Amino acid sequence: MQFGVFSVGDVTRNPVTGETPSEAERIKAVLAIAQKTEEVGLDVFAFGEHHNPPFMSSSPTTLLAAVAARTERLIVSTSTTLITTNDPVRLAEEYAMLQHVSGGRMDLMLGRGNTAPVYPWFGQDIRQGLPLALEHYNLLHRLWREDVVDWQGRYRTPLSGFTSTPRPLDDVPPFVWHGSIRTPEIAEQAAFYGDGFFANHIFWPSEHSKRLIEFYRARFAHHGHGTPEQAIVGLGGQAFIARTSQEAHERFRPFFDEAPVYGNGPRMGDFARQTPLSVGSPQEVIDKTLTFRETFGDYQRQLFLVDHAGLPVEMVLEQLELLGGEVVPVLRRELDALRPATVPDAPTHASLVAAKYGDGEPRRPRPNANRGDNVTGGSPYQDTEAA
Amino acid sequence: MKLVVISGGTSDPSSTRMLVDRITARVLERAAEARLEVSTSIIELRPLAAELASAQVTGFAPPAVASAIATLAEADALIVATPVYKAGVSGLFKSFFDVVDQDLLIAVPTVLAATAGTSRHALVADEQLRSLFAYLRALTTPTSVFAASDDWGTKALGERIDRAAHELVVLAAAGVKSAMRDAGTHYNRVFGGASEGADEIEFDTDLMRLATGGSPGSVRPV
Repeated sequence: MQFGVFSVGDVTRNPVTGETPSEAERIKAVLAIAQKTEEVGLDVFAFGEHHNPPFMSSSPTTLLAAVAARTERLIVSTSTTLITTNDPVRLAEEYAMLQHVSGGRMDLMLGRGNTAPVYPWFGQDIRQGLPLALEHYNLLHRLWREDVVDWQGRYRTPLSGFTSTPRPLDDVPPFVWHGSIRTPEIAEQAAFYGDGFFANHIFWPSEHSKRLIEFYRARFAHHGHGTPEQAIVGLGGQAFIARTSQEAHERFRPFFDEAPVYGNGPRMGDFARQTPLSVGSPQEVIDKTLTFRETFGDYQRQLFLVDHAGLPVEMVLEQLELLGGEVVPVLRRELDALRPATVPDAPTHASLVAAKYGDGEPRRPRPNANRGDNVTGGSPYQDTEAA
Repeated sequence: MKLVVISGGTSDPSSTRMLVDRITARVLERAAEARLEVSTSIIELRPLAAELASAQVTGFAPPAVASAIATLAEADALIVATPVYKAGVSGLFKSFFDVVDQDLLIAVPTVLAATAGTSRHALVADEQLRSLFAYLRALTTPTSVFAASDDWGTKALGERIDRAAHELVVLAAAGVKSAMRDAGTHYNRVFGGASEGADEIEFDTDLMRLATGGSPGSVRPV
């Protein structure tokens, strides 16, 4: 089971001091938070993606490459990568490069985003949001698996004899999670390809996500990837931890009350009762998180939102100490003990390489000498016959 | 049949509640004449006010509102009533229907009712409630019931109530709701919602073919 944190890189006023950090301060803080995530023993740092103030998360692969360079074991991921407004050709290139520079310590989570105006900024039409996401991923999937792609679709110009470079590390595509909260077509696409499915259920009662996850599990089995219990599920979570329940409530309340999304609305206590939010002692956060398994079954990845709502970086680092020091070790032990041996871990680069090659040597393609074009349809690599 | 009654009145007792009680009583008499067994649930919106304020900004229904929506999902017939404030439907009443699933009331026979302090607001039921319930695709009765202060003693109000009750029972007895829903018509539904059939997923669609790697050429812009 993997544990980690995810953030959307909001630059939010600290409601206690009244100070808003600069973008520069926030970007530095996020790098420190990511390093701390590894230090305290967590597995995953996921980040992104927004293209408007007050966010600074427009360019996740640049940031994640810096994180990967400063860490040794941490998996860097996204939350989420916009499969709608990003060109799948650029995604294929950028994330393959991230895969190489991180030594395979990466995956990504695709989503449609929730900001309508972003579509025209990147030349897209929000009315086509869903078919755009589906078509773009079908193409991305091929770009990482076929050296030379001929493709024609509805939402971007056709490709003829196109090769996305660099080829994925060891010729093993990055693992992909599909994030969705209510769209059966996205769950169906995740199931069809045997990819992971991530439900960020933190803003609603957990039950709202249950039917979609059950649908994904059933379709994962239908498409021949294993049993429903073997489907690869990730969940969001949201916690604020302190020594005592009272201290946690007192310290988090001013941030909760003015947080983007739910601030100035529900009372913190009501929201914590009705959604996956836990505010309390390590034991309370453990107990609440264990209910996710009861609702959704054994799952592979738990990401917590801890860096948000104007929390100063010192408090976020302290949250990570508590999360990594006291909460996650217990969750690991309890959830690992409950999980049947037949339920797999989330795929990693190492497990995907082992699945593809066994003890054999992974493919590391070497290009032929430059012919001055990229459109002839033959193979550009030495180990493959020209067509 | 399950009759659900929604009152947006804010005082206790409110004239809005008194009006729905009169309509309900007449519906039960008419139903008995038609040999229809009726179970009645009454939803008062006043106790839901705080949760509804929260639901406006969180986008999900807290427990008491969720329970009211679950009751509404079972309705075979509906009576709804709002007081008129500032020449319109009350904010509380609209807040409730703002968080109700938009596919919950498809083809449910519905009596629209409103109360006001003056007869100058007489068209609120027909001009505002009727368009709201048209959006929800409910089947409103031709007769709506409006009662201003000076209507309460009149014979005409009783006659309107009787006409609306008659229309509701005729529609409910004819099984219009299930006939319309079962006819193979494809009503647009929101997956995972509270409405009947919300978990049914169609696989024979262009989008589902695209989700499973299918040809993008078959998908038309939506």
